[in-house]
Amino acid sequence: MKITILRSSDNTHQEYTLPQGEMTLLKALTSIKATQDATLTFTAGCRASVCGTCAVRVNGKEELSCAYKVKDGDVVEPLLYHPVLRDLKVDKNKAKETLVQSTAWLQKGQEASLTHQDEKLSETQTDCILCDSCYSACPVYAVNPDFLGPFALTRAYRYSSDKRESDAKTIIDNIQTNGVWDCTLCGECTLACPKGIDPKMDITMLRGTSLQFGYEDPTFSQQSFGTPDFGGGFGFDPNGGF
Amino acid sequence: MTDVLIIGSGGAGLTAALFAQEAGASVTVVGKTYPTNSQTSMAQGGINAALSNAGEDHVSSHIADTIKSARGLCDEDSVRHMCADGPQTITWLESIGVPFSRLDNGKSATGSVAQRQMGGASAKRACYAQDYTGLKILHTLYDTCLKQNIHFLDEYYLLNLIIQEDTVKGATFLELRTGEVKQINAKSVIMATGGYGSLYHGYTTNAYGSTGDGVAAVLRAGGAVSDMEFIQFHPTALKGSSILISESARGEGGYLVNSDGERFIDELKPRDEVARAIFAQLQEDQEVFLDIRHLGEEKLMELLPQEVELCKLHEHVDPSKDLIPIKPVAHYTMGGIDVDYALEVNGIKGCFAVGECSNAKVHGANRLGGNSLLEITAFGKIVGENAYKHAVYASNKKADDTQLERDKKHIINIYAQENSFNFYENREALGKLFYENVGIVRNNPSLTQALDNVISMQVNLAKMGINDKSTSNNTNLTDFLEFSNALLLAPTIISSALARDESRGAHYKEGFEAMDDENFKKHIVLQWTKEMMS
Repeated sequence: MKITILRSSDNTHQEYTLPQGEMTLLKALTSIKATQDATLTFTAGCRASVCGTCAVRVNGKEELSCAYKVKDGDVVEPLLYHPVLRDLKVDKNKAKETLVQSTAWLQKGQEASLTHQDEKLSETQTDCILCDSCYSACPVYAVNPDFLGPFALTRAYRYSSDKRESDAKTIIDNIQTNGVWDCTLCGECTLACPKGIDPKMDITMLRGTSLQFGYEDPTFSQQSFGTPDFGGGFGFDPNGGF
Repeated sequence: MTDVLIIGSGGAGLTAALFAQEAGASVTVVGKTYPTNSQTSMAQGGINAALSNAGEDHVSSHIADTIKSARGLCDEDSVRHMCADGPQTITWLESIGVPFSRLDNGKSATGSVAQRQMGGASAKRACYAQDYTGLKILHTLYDTCLKQNIHFLDEYYLLNLIIQEDTVKGATFLELRTGEVKQINAKSVIMATGGYGSLYHGYTTNAYGSTGDGVAAVLRAGGAVSDMEFIQFHPTALKGSSILISESARGEGGYLVNSDGERFIDELKPRDEVARAIFAQLQEDQEVFLDIRHLGEEKLMELLPQEVELCKLHEHVDPSKDLIPIKPVAHYTMGGIDVDYALEVNGIKGCFAVGECSNAKVHGANRLGGNSLLEITAFGKIVGENAYKHAVYASNKKADDTQLERDKKHIINIYAQENSFNFYENREALGKLFYENVGIVRNNPSLTQALDNVISMQVNLAKMGINDKSTSNNTNLTDFLEFSNALLLAPTIISSALARDESRGAHYKEGFEAMDDENFKKHIVLQWTKEMMS
């Protein structure tokens, strides 16, 4: 079985031969490093899909190395939109800044009576392991590197909808610029998430909450009120905001 | 100069950072990866606190269960302190937004937090968030740290503590991205670096990074370590991959059965007893399985969604229809950096330790499930406050660069070292050796053999170099440094196990199957002499 891995030193794909049989990509990478090529660089931690360290792209799709079973001919590359530090190891600091910018935390806690139903409301969102797969899959970054992005917005939604939050407005205020309205709702993040989280839905929910707090879809208002162009921009535009 | 330098960014380090900063300290948190990558994310089952949300419970019962499981080796005052702090710790976690699982009982605040049964507990005491308790606590702590603008330095690998006149002055680090060796000066240091379970490479539920880096650094710096021989084996890891299946699977009603389909142990006994019972079955060429089929798919997806996924992915079994093949593997290190009541390291002033790297003597010879998440949060608060108090009166005179220069030279030497033995092969061999000879059931001849093998491995370490000569992002180098730390700790575990001619909790020795309080109701404490340190 052969796989190829994008090496950063010369920006080419290097081929490695692996024994036949079922193995996770992480096991393959570990074995290559230990026995074939000690310079191959990647990151990993728990082996159990929960520490968020080992996400890469396989044949163009984001995968956790520890959860992906290697197939002959697989092409392994680092996450997109992250500065590559070396081979499959990327710099996640800029991506993590989106959590700060969107102030995705409990702003002002209050006592609340939470029920099983409330638990379910954020159960999946709080399964997030910050592996950055969704960030890599998001095509908005190709045009707007300052986009807050799927994982930060999912986390913003999780706190803004928590009954213990008495100041959801602050979070909503902080996700307007480069935030909920910049998403194209393409759903690539949802497909990429290894934990089954649906950031697209969370962003849609956040748009609804934003409207409740008096915000408007800027793409819609620009077209509606920017110029008195009744011929084209006003009214329903299927590409306007949704 | 930072007031409090926290080394390690798991749950213990993040909690310590929040409380040290709240007390008034300037804080720097340094980690070898990113904060949410830590071992804490792998804690599944729950966090203990006597809340009585799911039946009657009392702090005194929590204390009694913990002391009983510790088999005489805990410090009862420390246990009382931790257990008594349980309810207020959950209140604090609730206040920062931890998404606990909930009961429909109409109660407010922590009154509706769901609680489940764990082994060795006399009540449903473990507060949980499905089977992602550690993950969800860790990420909420991280979000709170971002809110409080905690200063993080990611991808800094600890090399050594800087000590002057028995007092810590900071530490040296390898900055992984640049390959530079750097010094960080601090008035107080908190070690929150995790356990050393990864020494059992290939036979552990732990992440690759749990190599005892902080424990080894304390030993090199003249501090004390204790109870190193007490290593908890988790009864139920997946047979093929050693991936953890939470104790809550048994707490929720799961059975253990052998190849004949027979149950052979009360599944809710403490982990040491259950692990030994499984080991005995395996010795008799039985296979052992976890059976949770009778819980039904709906309940499994509700309570143990992560386990269901992991079983399907790594063992190709569907827990709602199939038996889950399991084996016991190394899971938690009770021993570690020896600390006093203030969690200050014995032998190094101004240096504190918390969490799995430390031995605060709350787990003794056997830890109860659900007590480690409590320890990191309850004691994380205390250690943060104490480290700040020390910083207030500590000298702000910076250390010179003696240690820095020594460590720069050490790294250069590793690059130049000949490479005739592959340390990755030795890492595998060490893990296997420990599982077989320093495992669930030990005996003196096997331990002596293991010590011999470890010593020859240590001699050969000088001939195990690295093939990757790059200065930046050199994971070959960090793998080597981690292996070196594990190898440095290996003899402390074996020699303590050899010295303890009795059986107590997780330490079980053939020929000495009884507990011998007269000779061994005590901690084995190890410290390097001045000659060893030079």
